Amino acid sequence: MNYRTVIGLEIHVELATATKMFCSCTTLFGGEVNTHCCPVCTGMPGTLPVINRKAVELAVRTGLALNCQISSFSKMDRKNYFYPDLPKAYQISQYDLPLCRDGYVEVGERKIGIERIHMEEDAGKLIHDGDGKSSSIDYNRCGIPLIEIVSRPDMSNAEEARDFVEKVRTILQFIGASDCRMQEGSLRVDVNLSVRPVGQESLGIRTEMKNLNSFRAIVRAIESEEKRQIELLESGGVVIQETRRWDDDRGMSFSMRSKEEAHDYRYFPEPDLLPVVIAQEEVLRIKDTLPELPQQRKARYMEQLGLPEYDAGLLTADLGISDWFELVTGLGADPKTVSNWIMGDLMRIQNEKNTNDNPVRPEDFARLLALVGEGVLSQNMARKVLGVMFETGRDPDGIVEAEGLRVVRDDQLLEDLADKVLRENPGPVKDYLAGTEKAFGFLMGQMMRKTGGKADPGMAACILRKKLGDRGN
Amino acid sequence: MDIAGMDMTTAGSLLRDRKISVSELAGEYIKNIREKDPSIGAYLHVCESKTREDIQKAQDMIDRGEASPLAGIPYALKDNICTRGIETTCASRILKGFLPPYNATVADRLDAAGGVLLGKLNMDEFAMGGSTENSAFGITRNPHDKSRVPGGSSGGSAAAVAASMALFTLGSDTGGSIRQPASFCGVTGLKPTYGRVSRYGLVAFASSLDQIGPLGKTVRDCALVMEAIAGHDPMDSTSAAGKDACFTGELEQGIKGMRIAVPREYLAEGISPGVREKVLEGLDMLASMGAVWEEVELKLHDAAISAYYIISSAEASSNLARYDGIKYGFRSDNARDLAELYSKTRNEGFGEEVKRRIMLGTYVLSSGYYDAYYIKALKIRSLIKEEFDTVLGKYDLIAGPTTPTTAFGIGEKTGNPLEMYLGDVYTVSVNIAGLPAVSLPCGTDTSGLPVGFQLIGRAFDEKTLLRCARALEKAREVLP
Amino acid sequence: MKVTTETVDYVAALARLSFHGDEKEKMAAQLQGILSYMEKLDALDTEAVKPLEHLENAVNVFREDEVRDSFPREEILRNAPRRDTRAFKVPGIME
Repeated sequence: MNYRTVIGLEIHVELATATKMFCSCTTLFGGEVNTHCCPVCTGMPGTLPVINRKAVELAVRTGLALNCQISSFSKMDRKNYFYPDLPKAYQISQYDLPLCRDGYVEVGERKIGIERIHMEEDAGKLIHDGDGKSSSIDYNRCGIPLIEIVSRPDMSNAEEARDFVEKVRTILQFIGASDCRMQEGSLRVDVNLSVRPVGQESLGIRTEMKNLNSFRAIVRAIESEEKRQIELLESGGVVIQETRRWDDDRGMSFSMRSKEEAHDYRYFPEPDLLPVVIAQEEVLRIKDTLPELPQQRKARYMEQLGLPEYDAGLLTADLGISDWFELVTGLGADPKTVSNWIMGDLMRIQNEKNTNDNPVRPEDFARLLALVGEGVLSQNMARKVLGVMFETGRDPDGIVEAEGLRVVRDDQLLEDLADKVLRENPGPVKDYLAGTEKAFGFLMGQMMRKTGGKADPGMAACILRKKLGDRGN
Repeated sequence: MDIAGMDMTTAGSLLRDRKISVSELAGEYIKNIREKDPSIGAYLHVCESKTREDIQKAQDMIDRGEASPLAGIPYALKDNICTRGIETTCASRILKGFLPPYNATVADRLDAAGGVLLGKLNMDEFAMGGSTENSAFGITRNPHDKSRVPGGSSGGSAAAVAASMALFTLGSDTGGSIRQPASFCGVTGLKPTYGRVSRYGLVAFASSLDQIGPLGKTVRDCALVMEAIAGHDPMDSTSAAGKDACFTGELEQGIKGMRIAVPREYLAEGISPGVREKVLEGLDMLASMGAVWEEVELKLHDAAISAYYIISSAEASSNLARYDGIKYGFRSDNARDLAELYSKTRNEGFGEEVKRRIMLGTYVLSSGYYDAYYIKALKIRSLIKEEFDTVLGKYDLIAGPTTPTTAFGIGEKTGNPLEMYLGDVYTVSVNIAGLPAVSLPCGTDTSGLPVGFQLIGRAFDEKTLLRCARALEKAREVLP
Repeated sequence: MKVTTETVDYVAALARLSFHGDEKEKMAAQLQGILSYMEKLDALDTEAVKPLEHLENAVNVFREDEVRDSFPREEILRNAPRRDTRAFKVPGIME
């Protein structure tokens, strides 16, 4: 039997504020355990929350960038449950009146619906002590402002889900709402998934997998859960509505049902906080401050810079890359050349080093391209220099100087070398003269080897052919 | 010179004129605590070293001539108001030993005004109750009759003022917890408009109803304290900004032409004859001073208690969920795992009444009952507020008794929670509507027990409320 | 509405309380008594009434996004019944 998969996502994103949602503690990542805490975020008796203005503004920006309606009236609610990482034993969130609703994101040709976006606070972190007998609690993360973006169940496979998350992530980075560092947990995804036989109208029973924090985990968790549910149905079983925990190391998910209890969160309006009312004029004002979004930037790259759609799409998938591209081209470099370098060498280096960072200064990179243009560096030598630039942050001229990487363009030197190569390789010379063009490549290779790759390839080829021509005559 | 018998204004001017020193004044009160409190039990803890520091600081202020009316005045706080480094327990075993690393905003403000803190006062656990019998650390007795309760939940706050063991105290009022004990102990207690006084550092019982207020010997004393503690606080989103903060300015202006509503329901069934008689007497006094009083109808009177217990318990169930033995206070030694840590700590740490309210509150918020109870109560809250607004649109104030009876005997009502709840019948709707109200002494019943007279005002119009209260106080010649 | 001992068990589990034997019966009876009293409210027609969620008319009470010093860790931990020098401690939690 054939099955269709239905996927909806909840994306939790940490907002790029300096302070927590309800107190003035810093949101910096990586502080010593329990040092970014105060009585408010550790839920001490008598303390009260006060809403961070910036968090609301960033949430509204997100809503606008994701084509949502911004609610003129929204309020905060308490979600009550007990867990040691939640010091008040309730999470301040939004229940029936979220800040944003009914948006969408264009992913390729499709529009993936967004049901709602609401504001909430993050919980702390449990650290399981080595002895297994106790756990430690770190409240540094507790109270960090989050938004939860709830999609409609509009996706049908892992790629679509991944593309959707990637798109949302890019947009959030572009508008400055979040840095979306998944490795630091500032973007986490819950997957709701069900399958149903083709032809069946009603949706199947869904499961939820929580806290996926890499694209790889999202894809693998979805594929694994799809397979699990289909196999279950095929063998005559039924899917149970439950929360499952994805174990990325083992590549499988586990039922958390035994850990769960009735989901009775007893939401009610947070009496310590007053409603958030956003007038239409305020919405328009914030809309005016939105920067160019990825989609718009992509179109501009195609129309104004003449880049192919593929290049434009790739460059605008990451704010850092895209901004860097603009700075380099702003210094006069040719857009397509820069794009080729980014998609080729720069991304290769980043992949090799497993990083998204790019320490190369735009002016240094523009200079590198100029050196190639002036013929000082060959393409291959420039690649090497870029590697060193990435590694050390030094400027290209300095590297060329220090490593003696200047192209050899000395006529006499190249002529002497050519003579030597021809003398040492009588066989290939003979082959070439007999019409085997391939042998020329071999002889060129020898030329380059003798100069440590520094010979100007055009000049070297020219001289070599001239000498060979002389011999043939 | 009867130092401990003076009101704040008298004591304050003697301090500023150097007729007495701060330490002399505080000494009288400390002596009273030492002599009287063993048989009353108003204090949970005294804070000697803080008292000494405060005395020194206040005397310096006075010597420099910077003194506010509160400088050097000995006071005490209900034990649900957080004090930095001084144990704050809410009279609950679950908070035993809790030393807050912060001050409540009111504690900071009284500090800044030069008040002298004597200690922390007994109360019903987490302010739930009307007799101070729900304290985990022992009962408080009514100074007028030690076989009777002082009322509650701010029983310690009222008893301390009545027995001159503090010149003023702060209490908190969620459904009558300042006014009812003030009434039982024969002192004056003000429940300010919701939002008047910052709740930051007040351990929450029911956040949408709680409000801190003063208990004192006189109306003026309460007004002076309000001038020190009221006003916007950026740490409390629900504290009001931009409101007039003068409470003493119109105290002596009289009540000629003032229009006062007396709800028929307040003098109907359930009220004891002694209380009724004294309240009517008080109303006559107001009339003789030129006020006009008329009976009105409050149709929702009967619904108020139910709405109150639903809303307050719902909020309490959430507010009290944080007591789990992890971050502060009591932790059960009998827990083998996390589930037991929660249930055993909470079972052993909370008293019976608190558990009952948590159960009730959890029930009314739980899936399937939310609309029938909680939302229904919020709708009735809407109607009650509307009804009060209508009456207060036509009248300046509402008047009546504070409680249906005078102080009852210790142990008399402990077996029947519902009966205890019904004692709040005249006070809860004030919190539901967020209005200011004052209870002031209005004579005694046939057993010689104090009767409380309640006045309810418009939101943020404590001025009118206190003006009328002062007029009645003067007429009763409690003071010259 | 009948409050049974099962109701008490369910609600107690949500509230992390537990009642045993007579306690449970007593709690059921007391809740029953209070809730029955509250049934009076049913007589009031509130169909068209808006629930009052906030007393004041103020909205948008916000704080500026300016960092202030956090509390010293010792102040945060000092009241914890079980702790080490860095963190609060709870019995081991295995996921």
